[in-house]
Amino acid sequence: MSPDILFTGVRIVSDGIDLHGDLLVRDGLIADFGPSLGRPDGAVVVHEDDAILCPGLVDMRVALGEPGFEYRETIASAAMAASAGGVTTLAALPDSQPAIDDPALAHLLITRGRETGAVTILPYGAVTRGCKGEELAEIGLLREAGAVAFTDGARAIASTGMMRLALTYARGFGARIVQHPEDPSLALGGSATEGELAARLGLPAIPAAAEAIMVARDIALAALTGGAVHFAHVSTGAALALIRRAKDEGLAVTCDTAPPYFDLNENTIGDYRTYAKLSPPLRREEDRLAVVAGLADGTIDAIASDHQPRDADDKRLPFAQASAGGVGLATLLAVTLVRVHNEELSLGAAIALLTSRPAALLGIDSGHVEKGAVADLCLFHPDRVWRVRAKTLPGKARNTPFDGRALEGTVLGTWKAGRRVYDAALALRTGSA
Amino acid sequence: MFYPQKHLLQIEGLQPPEIGDLLDLAESYVLLNRSGKTQRDLLRGRTLINLFFEDSTRTRTSFELAGKRLGADVINMSVSTSSVNKGETLLDTAATLNAMHCDLLVVRHGQSGAPRLLAEEVDAAVINAGDGTHEHPTQALLDALTIKRRKGRIEGLTVAICGDIAHSRVARSNIHLLTTLGAQVRVVGPPSLVPPEVAMWGTTVFHDMASALDGADIVMMLRLQRERMSRGPVPSEREYFRFWGLDFEKLAAAKPDALVMHPGPMNRGVEIDSAVADDPRRSVIREQVEMGVAVRMAVLDTLSRGHGRNVP
Repeated sequence: MSPDILFTGVRIVSDGIDLHGDLLVRDGLIADFGPSLGRPDGAVVVHEDDAILCPGLVDMRVALGEPGFEYRETIASAAMAASAGGVTTLAALPDSQPAIDDPALAHLLITRGRETGAVTILPYGAVTRGCKGEELAEIGLLREAGAVAFTDGARAIASTGMMRLALTYARGFGARIVQHPEDPSLALGGSATEGELAARLGLPAIPAAAEAIMVARDIALAALTGGAVHFAHVSTGAALALIRRAKDEGLAVTCDTAPPYFDLNENTIGDYRTYAKLSPPLRREEDRLAVVAGLADGTIDAIASDHQPRDADDKRLPFAQASAGGVGLATLLAVTLVRVHNEELSLGAAIALLTSRPAALLGIDSGHVEKGAVADLCLFHPDRVWRVRAKTLPGKARNTPFDGRALEGTVLGTWKAGRRVYDAALALRTGSA
Repeated sequence: MFYPQKHLLQIEGLQPPEIGDLLDLAESYVLLNRSGKTQRDLLRGRTLINLFFEDSTRTRTSFELAGKRLGADVINMSVSTSSVNKGETLLDTAATLNAMHCDLLVVRHGQSGAPRLLAEEVDAAVINAGDGTHEHPTQALLDALTIKRRKGRIEGLTVAICGDIAHSRVARSNIHLLTTLGAQVRVVGPPSLVPPEVAMWGTTVFHDMASALDGADIVMMLRLQRERMSRGPVPSEREYFRFWGLDFEKLAAAKPDALVMHPGPMNRGVEIDSAVADDPRRSVIREQVEMGVAVRMAVLDTLSRGHGRNVP
């Protein structure tokens, strides 16, 4: 039996809760919390001045290197990055090699996550076999095996007929379809957002409208089928306007965005910086501002890292040939806090976007502080500054688009079911973070 | 000598004195070449590698001749036959070149930004000989030299750049250079081949030749980059020639002494009529080739001096 843990003198922030006080963990569960708790005998006391305790983050969009791309990242290294970022639950994209289109593979991911002891892995099921967009995958069996929602990952479900079928069929299992909203025929070969910069650099470009067009189509299909559609990593004002209107009309339409889309713009690609090549591409400043507004007004339901591990061989290439994607687990919280420091988002809203709201979208009972809940917790200092250094990022993949960025907000510790899986002080001493 | 950089990767960002210096030096090489004298000791013992990932006879030969006239050891690496086809990456190639102690590296590559990536890895001074749809700086310099020698100036001239602007590295380099030196630059082509953002670089955008050429001093044609057209932005060659191909009828809108230029190789009957291309009173296309050697000598000379080896 592990000893009790008592967090003392912390600010506890979770869904509807914001109080200064203590929180007691016993047997891996949150036993109690309140303004002042007694200290049980033998309890481990955790106290950090001015620290905030929140639920462990729920990251609803993570590509693991496994299976198939272990040279980029393994589940063990992803778990290390997640813990350093305060993430205790992640949803894994199915466009791996092989794709997660079989119940046995979904089981495997859940088990492998459990074996890490640090992070719960929730598998997405593939919408189509092999994520190829041709034949429907076994959505029912995958659902039974624990798939939380369905997507073809970084591949858009291109065929209108297939998307209609997926939304219709998945509705019978109460399952959400997650779309990579990008019209493939407009995006073909593109590597930067269309505009003056891409024209000057001579890069094949993707118009912002490629996102809005797919969003408009899928909203119409959601209305037609009654199915639930979720748009991943929304990056443009035009798409957000369509989503806002669909929500007003009461359609089952939701969306998330990723930190690069509210923290960076196209200028980050500068002189062909392939580490800032993402999918969708970094957009123009007005789109970045629209994403910030979408976070503030609630149009955006969650913030996910869209963690996409790549290695140097994937990235050290001419821009158009380099692989798109950036890691994001370790920077998810701190980049989100920029919006809080800028007073565009309340702390409570920011935490909810990283915890309870994605948990609700995934249909899991997690992401909030309450008595009896599993003690998945993140302790962080909201103002402590650190600088992102690609070379010292935790985990194996270090392809961050935020290299060199100074951020306010440092994860001090992460607890998975009451067990401490990350300690910033320790990481500092061993130089692993 | 003002040219401050180790490499020549792009025209964008160069200042008028830097461009002016290169042109002045090139001018002196024109005279030297015509006098039949050579400067065979200037680059003696230096190694120039022509690294061409795309086929190009004209540009490669021009650099080769320029290097040899200055006494460099010139090696041509044509990559369609080399190890890149066996899966070697650009950076593997860079490591190989470093081991060979190459001093000057001339690179042509089908990908925008590839010379910059190489420049980050190699010790040599890198000269961009055309990268994807980004830039082709020595072409713009030789075009400027041709114009300057014929017209005596660049500032205040009206230059119409015609054709496939979207896919043209020649157009980008020329737009940057000519606007920097104070020319009025017009671009013209079908809307599917002219990105509207071109207007943000100080140019005026047209879609019909008659308006674009009206009163122009220079008519600069571009090759219709058919091999780049994966999505067919023009329906047919004959339709293209009808509206944007240069013939005497369209040329009549320009000034009577307007000069016709083309970077080559030409698609006769597609973007330019043979009668115009071969008219010695109007066409300076052959002169452009001569200026190419002089400009490349000036660039090799300047970069080999290693002026202010501060990375751009």
